[in-house]
Amino acid sequence: MTTTDSFLHVTDTTKQGETAGWLRVLAALRKLPLGLVLAWLVLTTVVLWAAMPWLFTAYDPLQGTPGGQLKAPSAAHLLGTDSLGRDLFARLVYGAVHSLSGAIAAVGVGLIVGSALGLVAGSARGRVDTVLMRLVDVLLAIPTLLLSLSIIILLGFGTLHAAIAVGATAIAGFARLMRSEVVRVRNAEFVEAAFGSGGTFARVLWRHILPNSLTSVIAYTAVQFGWAILQISTLGFLGYGAPPPTPEWGLLIAEGRNYLATAWWLTTVPGLVVVTVVLAANRISRSIGRSSP
Amino acid sequence: MTLYVFGRIGQALLVLWAAFTLSFVLLQALPGDAVLIKFLSPDFGLSADQINEIRAAYAVDSNIFVQYGRTLFNFLKGDFGYSLQAGVPVSAQLATNMPPTLRLAGLGFAVAVLLAVSIAFLSSMAPFAWLRNLLQSLPSLLISVPVFWLAIMLIQIFSFRLRLVSVINPGPWESLVLPVATLAVPISAPLAQILIRNIDEIRTRPFIAVARAKGASEARLLWKHVARNAILPALTIAGVLFGELVAGAVVTETVFGLNGIGGLTEKAVGNQDLSVLQAIVVISAAAFVAINLAVDLAYPILDPRLRNRAGVER
Repeated sequence: MTTTDSFLHVTDTTKQGETAGWLRVLAALRKLPLGLVLAWLVLTTVVLWAAMPWLFTAYDPLQGTPGGQLKAPSAAHLLGTDSLGRDLFARLVYGAVHSLSGAIAAVGVGLIVGSALGLVAGSARGRVDTVLMRLVDVLLAIPTLLLSLSIIILLGFGTLHAAIAVGATAIAGFARLMRSEVVRVRNAEFVEAAFGSGGTFARVLWRHILPNSLTSVIAYTAVQFGWAILQISTLGFLGYGAPPPTPEWGLLIAEGRNYLATAWWLTTVPGLVVVTVVLAANRISRSIGRSSP
Repeated sequence: MTLYVFGRIGQALLVLWAAFTLSFVLLQALPGDAVLIKFLSPDFGLSADQINEIRAAYAVDSNIFVQYGRTLFNFLKGDFGYSLQAGVPVSAQLATNMPPTLRLAGLGFAVAVLLAVSIAFLSSMAPFAWLRNLLQSLPSLLISVPVFWLAIMLIQIFSFRLRLVSVINPGPWESLVLPVATLAVPISAPLAQILIRNIDEIRTRPFIAVARAKGASEARLLWKHVARNAILPALTIAGVLFGELVAGAVVTETVFGLNGIGGLTEKAVGNQDLSVLQAIVVISAAAFVAINLAVDLAYPILDPRLRNRAGVER
C-alpha cells in the first residue's frame, strides 16, 4: 500500500521539471516515521556515549569538584552535580557502557541458550521437545525478578553477574519463539520441497529454517534489549549490580534517592534516560516486526 | 473432560515439583555452604566443634540427596527451615510479612485493572483522534518506565513538591496511596496492551458489522459485543501479571520501606539468606502454577466455544 503510494507520488513529481527533485526529498522526508528516526538517533547517541564518552563531556565521572556539591543544572554543569560534586551528565555518559554492555550480555545469554533450546526442541520433536518445553515452563513458573535474585545470590553481586541473572530470565521467551518459528517453517511447502530434493536436516535448517525465522527473532531481541536495560537498572538500584563508584544508571538513581527534597535532578534525569532508551528499543523492535512479511 | 482436568492438574504438579528442584539446585545444592560462610566469620568467635554442631542443627552436613528429600518433605509440610539471619522459622517470618503484601497487592491489582480497562476502552471511544492515539501509546510508555524510578518520582512530586502525601508519620491508608499507585502501573500496562489489541481486532469482525447494520448504537456495540469478547482472552496473561506483581512488590516495598514479602526478599538477597529466598521462590512458583491452572480450568466454562475442544485435547 505505502509502496504504491510513494511510487505514484514519485512518477507524479518527475513530470514537473525543476522543483521535482526537491519535492521528492520533501515527500521522502514526510514519509519518514519521525518516531523511528528519533529512536535510532537515541540508540546511536547512547552507543556513542558508551564507545567514546570523552567526546561528550570534559568532566571526570568519578572525580568531584570540591565545593561544587549538589549544584542545580547550569551552563557549567548541564545536569547539575551530585553529593560529591561529580558532574551528573558525565556520570550518565560514562555509565552508558555499563548499562549497554550489561543488556547486551543479558540478551546474548538469552538469545544463544534460548534459541539453541528452541531449535533443538522444534527440530527433534517427540520426547526431547516435550522435556525441553516443560523445562521452559519451569523457568516461566518462577517470577522473573525472583529467578534473577536466585542467580544473583548464587553468583554474587556485580555487573556481569547481574547480566547473567537477567539473561537467564530471557531464555524461556527465546526458546518458545524459536521453537514456534521452527515448527512454523518446518511445515511450509518449500521446506518440504527442500527435504524432497535430498537436503539433509542440518542443511535445510541452515539454508531455510534459520533465515526464515530471523526477522521475528531480531524483533524479539530488540524488545528484550530494552527489557534487559530495565531489569539491569532495577538490579543496580537494589544494589546487586555494579559496586558504588560505578556510574551505572540504576545505581545513580539509588544514590540520588537521599537528596529527593534538595536535588531533584539526581533521580529524575537518569530515570528519563532509561525510559528514553527503552522506548527507543521498543519502537525499533516494532518497526522490524512490521516490515516482516 | 475429567481426563483433561486431571491431566492438567498432574501437569501443574509436575511443573511445581520441577520448580522446587530448580530452586533447590540454585539455592541449596550449588552455593557451597552458606552456614559455614556465615558462622566462620570472626565476629562470632566460634570453635570448630560449635560450628559443626550448628551445621548439624541446620542439617547441611548430610548427603545432598538426603538434604533434597528432607527439604522436599519439609516444604510439603509447610516447614521452610530457619532464616539464617533472623534465627526464626521462615514460615513465621512469612506469616508476619504476608498481610501487608496481600493488602498492597490486592489494592494494586484492583487499581491496575481499573486503569487498564479505562485506558483500553477510552482509547477506542475517546472523541478526538489525537486523544485516542495518545491513549493507545500510553501502555507502551508505561511499560518502559522502571518501577523503582516511578516510585521515587511519585514521592518527589506528591510528597515533596505538592505536599499532598505526608512522608512523616502518614496514616495507615495515606501510606498506601503511593505504593498502590506505583504497583498498579507495571500491571496495568501489559493488561491495557492486550485489551487494546483485542478490541481493535474484534471491531473488524463481521458480527460487529452485522450488529451495526441492525442498528446497534456504538455504546451497545462496545459493551454488549466487543467488551465480552475482548476481556476474556486477557485471562491468559494472568500468570504474566502475577510475575509483574511479585517484581513490583519487591521494588515498591523496598523503596517505600514497607515490611512485606517484597522487603523480606530484598533483605534475604542482601544477607545471603538462602532459605528465606527459596521459600519465597517456591511459594511464588506455586501461586503462578495455581493461577494458570485456575485460568485453564475456568476458560472452557467462561467460553462456551472451547467447551468441546477441551474435552478432545489430551
